[in-house]
Amino acid sequence: MTIAFYLIAAITIAGALAAVLLRNTVHCALALTVAFAGLAIAFLELDAQFAGFAQILVYIGAVAILVVFAILLTRGSETPKEGVFSKSWLAGMAIAAMIFAVLGWAVLSSTSALPNETARPAVNVLQIGNALMGRYVLPLEIVAVLLTSALIGAVIVARHEKGSAK
Amino acid sequence: MFGEGILKGLAETARNFAGSFVSAERLTTVQYPEQRIAPIEATRDFPFLVYDGADWEAGLRCVACQICEKECPPKCIYIEKSVDKKPDFTGRPQIYPTRFDIDISVCMSCQICVEVCPFEAIKMDTEFELSTTDRFGGLLYDRKELAKSNEHYHKIHPTEAAEVDARLAEEKAKAEAKAKTAAEAAAAKAAAAATVAKPAGGSESHPEEERKI
Amino acid sequence: MIKNADQVFVLLQHWVMSFFPPAFQPIVGLLLAVVAIVCVFPGLFAVAVLLERKGLGRMQNRYGPNRVGPLGILQPVADGLKSLTKEDIVPTSADAVVHFLAPVFLVVIVFMGYAVLPMGRNMTLVNLDSGLLFFFAMGASTELSVFMAGWSSRNKYSLLGAMRAVAQMISYEVPLLLASLVVVMMTGSMNLGRIVAVQNQYTWGLPHWYIFTPWGFAAFLLYATATTAESNRSPFDLPEGESELVAGYFTEYSGFKFALFFLGEYVGMLSVSGLGATLFLGGWSAPFSFLTWVPSWIWFFGKVMLSICVFIWLRGTLPRLRQDQLMNFAWKFVLPLSLLNVFVAGLWRFMGDGLSRWAVCSGILLIAYVVMARVGMRSEDFGPRSYRYAE
Repeated sequence: MTIAFYLIAAITIAGALAAVLLRNTVHCALALTVAFAGLAIAFLELDAQFAGFAQILVYIGAVAILVVFAILLTRGSETPKEGVFSKSWLAGMAIAAMIFAVLGWAVLSSTSALPNETARPAVNVLQIGNALMGRYVLPLEIVAVLLTSALIGAVIVARHEKGSAK
Repeated sequence: MFGEGILKGLAETARNFAGSFVSAERLTTVQYPEQRIAPIEATRDFPFLVYDGADWEAGLRCVACQICEKECPPKCIYIEKSVDKKPDFTGRPQIYPTRFDIDISVCMSCQICVEVCPFEAIKMDTEFELSTTDRFGGLLYDRKELAKSNEHYHKIHPTEAAEVDARLAEEKAKAEAKAKTAAEAAAAKAAAAATVAKPAGGSESHPEEERKI
Repeated sequence: MIKNADQVFVLLQHWVMSFFPPAFQPIVGLLLAVVAIVCVFPGLFAVAVLLERKGLGRMQNRYGPNRVGPLGILQPVADGLKSLTKEDIVPTSADAVVHFLAPVFLVVIVFMGYAVLPMGRNMTLVNLDSGLLFFFAMGASTELSVFMAGWSSRNKYSLLGAMRAVAQMISYEVPLLLASLVVVMMTGSMNLGRIVAVQNQYTWGLPHWYIFTPWGFAAFLLYATATTAESNRSPFDLPEGESELVAGYFTEYSGFKFALFFLGEYVGMLSVSGLGATLFLGGWSAPFSFLTWVPSWIWFFGKVMLSICVFIWLRGTLPRLRQDQLMNFAWKFVLPLSLLNVFVAGLWRFMGDGLSRWAVCSGILLIAYVVMARVGMRSEDFGPRSYRYAE
C-alpha cells in the first residue's frame, strides 16, 4: 500500500463522490470522468498497461462522451429544482452499504489480496491477445455480437423516428 | 475515377504555388502603399470646388445658388451666401459663398450635387487617403480646402474637364456675342436717338438707359 | 562523428545528467526531455502557422503576411503578443470552471501524446510496450475537452459546433484505429520503437517502409483521412468553420485561451503527423540506404514537416465537407475499406513472400476502392421534403 495507491484511491473516490453530490448534471459527468481516470491510473500503477490505456480509450474517450450526450439531449442539463438528495436516502444508504459489504468480502477473499503477494505476474499485450484468440474467443465473439446488435438497434430506432416523421 | 477531382485540384494548387514565384499572373497582389493602381477616370470620392485662374477666391465658380445644398440626400453641404457681389466668368456680378462646408464623414459620394450644379462649380475628386486623427473637425472641409484649380480638374478627369471647358467657353462666347450685339444695338439706338433727340430734347434717352440694364 | 551528430541530443542529456547524484539522474533525464519537447514543438507550431499562412497565400495567388519581419518571419511573434495582450472575456452565464479547464485539458492531453514518439535513434521519451495504445488513448481524450469547451460557453453556436466536432471525431476514431491496427498486425508489437526498427531495413537500397506495400499504402491514405478529420482540419473543419458557425466550439474564447486552442490543434496535428511518419514512413529511418549518414532526427522532423505541408496543401485545395457528407464518407467508405484492409493485410502475411501476394492484395484493394466508390458514395434520392415540428 504505497503512497501512490493512496493518492490514486483519493482521486477516484473524490471523483465518484463528486459525481453523485454535485448539483449540475454535466459537472457530475465530468467528475465521473475523473473517477474513470483514477481507475486507469490504478491499472497503470499495477503495470497492466493494456487495461489502463484501454480504460482511458474506451471509458474517457467514448463512455464519458456518451453520458454527456445523453445528459444534453434530454432535460438533464437543467439544474434540479429540489435538492440532490432523494427522500428515501436511508433505504438507499442501507442498500449501498450491503452491496459494499458483498463486494468487499469478494475482494478480500480473492487470491490477489494476500498481503505477502509482491511478485506480480507480467502480462503483456501478446499474452492478452493470445488468450483472447485462444481460450476466451467465445466470450469475445459473444460481446461482439452484443455490440453489433446494440448498433443495429440504435440504427433501427433512429430510422424509425425519421420514418414516423413522414 | 473516384478521387480524380482531388488530384486535379491538388495539381492546380501546386501550379499556383510554384507559379506564384515565377510569373506575375499567378501573384496579382499590389503591395499598397508602396505600389498603387492608377484610378480610372470615372473614379469619384468626395466633391471639390473648381476655380479658374490663379486666385481661388476670385476665380471660384460657385455662386451660392444653394441648389446642391438642397439636393444633397444626407445634407452634408452647408452654404452661407455673401452680401456683396463679384463678377463671374462672363463678367456679370454674382454673389459668392462666404462659407461652403462639406462634411465628408456624411457625404455618400452620390454625385447629385455635381449633376444639379448649373455652373459646373462642384466636381468629384479622386482623393481617398483622407484619414485623420482629429475626430471632430478633421473631416469637415471648408471652402478653402475644397477649392481646387481647374488644372487639377483637368488632371483627374481630362475628358470631362475638356468638355466642361468647351461648354463654358461656348457659353462665354455666346454671352459676349449677345453683349456685343446688344451694345451695338444700344449704340446704334443711342446714335439714332442723338440725331433725333437734338430737335426733340433729352426726354427719350432716359427710357433707353433703363432698358439697357 | 556521424554517430555523434545522430545522438547529439542524447549525449547532451547524459552530460547534463552527469552533474546530478545517481539517485536523481533518471528524473533529471526525463525532465530534460520533457522540457525539450515543450520547447521544440511549440516552436514547430510557430513554423507551421507561418508556413500555413504564407503557403495558403501563394496557393491563392497572393503574398502571405510579409510586413512583420523579413518575409513575414516574425508574424507568429506578433500573433503571440496579440493573443497574450487581448482581454480575456468570459461570458457571465458561462460555467467558469469548465470554461477555464477546457483549453488547459486539451493542451495537456495533446502534449502527452509526444511521450511515446520515437524522434530519432534512442530518442523516445518513454519506450512503452503499448505505446500506440497510449497515443490513441490520448487522442480519444481530446474529444472531451472539445465538448467541455462547447458546453461551458452556454452558446447555441458553440454547442452545435461541439456536437458536430465530437460526432466527427468519434466517427473517424474507428477507421483511425483500424488503419493503425494493420501496422501492429504486421509488426507484431505495439511498441513504436520496434515498429520503426522493423522498417529500418533496406533491400536494394530501398527501405522497408510500410507505405510501399499495398496494404500499407491504403492504410496510409485511410490514416491521413482519419487524422485530417480528427484534428478538425479542412476539408473536415465544419465544426470550427469560420464562415459557418462563427468559430464553432471556441466562439466564446478570446485572448490567450483561444491561442491555447489554436496551439492544441496545431500541436495535435504535429503529433499525428509524427505518428503517421512512425507507422508508415519509417519514423527516423532514411529513405535510401546511402543516406543513413544524415542524423535520424532530421529525417523524423523532415517527414513531420512534409506531412504538415500536405495538410496545408489539402486545406488550400478542397472545399469544406458538409456534416452529413462527412459522416457518410466515414461510415460508408472509410470504415468498410479499413476493415477490408485488415483482411488484406492478413492475406499478405499468410501468402508468404513472392510476387503473387503483391498482385492479389493490390487487386483486391483497387477493386474494393472502385466498388465502394460506386456503391457507398451514391448520392441519396431524398424524395419529397418532410417536416418535423417541435411539440
